[in-house]
Amino acid sequence: MARALITLPVHIKRGDTIEIRALIAHPMETGYRRSNEGAMLSRNLIRNFDCQFESSGKAAETFFSANLHAAIAANPYLAFSFIAAENGTLIFKWLGDEGFNQTERRTLKIA
Amino acid sequence: MKSRRTFIAKTAGMTLAISIQPAVLFAQIPNDSLEVLVRAYVGDATMREARVKLDVAPLVDNGNSVPVEITVDSPMTANDHVIGIALFNEKNPQHNVAEFTLSPRAGRARVTTRIRLSSTQKLVAVAKMNDGRCFTHTVEVLVTLAACIEE
Repeated sequence: MARALITLPVHIKRGDTIEIRALIAHPMETGYRRSNEGAMLSRNLIRNFDCQFESSGKAAETFFSANLHAAIAANPYLAFSFIAAENGTLIFKWLGDEGFNQTERRTLKIA
Repeated sequence: MKSRRTFIAKTAGMTLAISIQPAVLFAQIPNDSLEVLVRAYVGDATMREARVKLDVAPLVDNGNSVPVEITVDSPMTANDHVIGIALFNEKNPQHNVAEFTLSPRAGRARVTTRIRLSSTQKLVAVAKMNDGRCFTHTVEVLVTLAACIEE
């Protein structure tokens, strides 16, 4: 499991547009670089990120997703917004090369 | 005389066919020119230089991690919202940087990330609205230390 860092505001009021920041530890190897021995380093990227919101009794709904390419810096960082209308769970999914697949969950609690 | 004419006509047709074919083949390879990729993302819609703001430092001293912020002026309601934002670069080995998909639940059309830049070049951000309109913003960036350098 790669280390993931997800930041949500501490105090959330109902109806607030909050900023969600998600960072994950990953080399994002481009496939264009060589090792010290001169061998080509094989491409290893996170290809896809997806953020869903799930509240009780409703199906999870994707509100933000991203296709990432080699030009994204190592340890991909993404910041995006969300309208916090109700309590629920935020589901973060990263998918990538070499079978990379990670899911993180955070509870969204409205004060 | 007649046969010579038909020969010329036929060979001219053939060379034309040969010269067209590679262009068609290359169009399917993802590593295409910037304009072709932007056009593929936008489709038939006309692009206007408005509404989108691509925020990036004009002078970058480390191309390995360049913060960029894309903001689109949109109310993000069910009837009028941004469905996608794409970022392209001019001179990296691959011209795509990222494509983002948004829904009205996002509330605000703003995305921040960190990218790699191989050299001084321009960046193009494109926003696609739910009614098919497309907006764009191009920014020139000066890079002093490039990414993709052997470590």
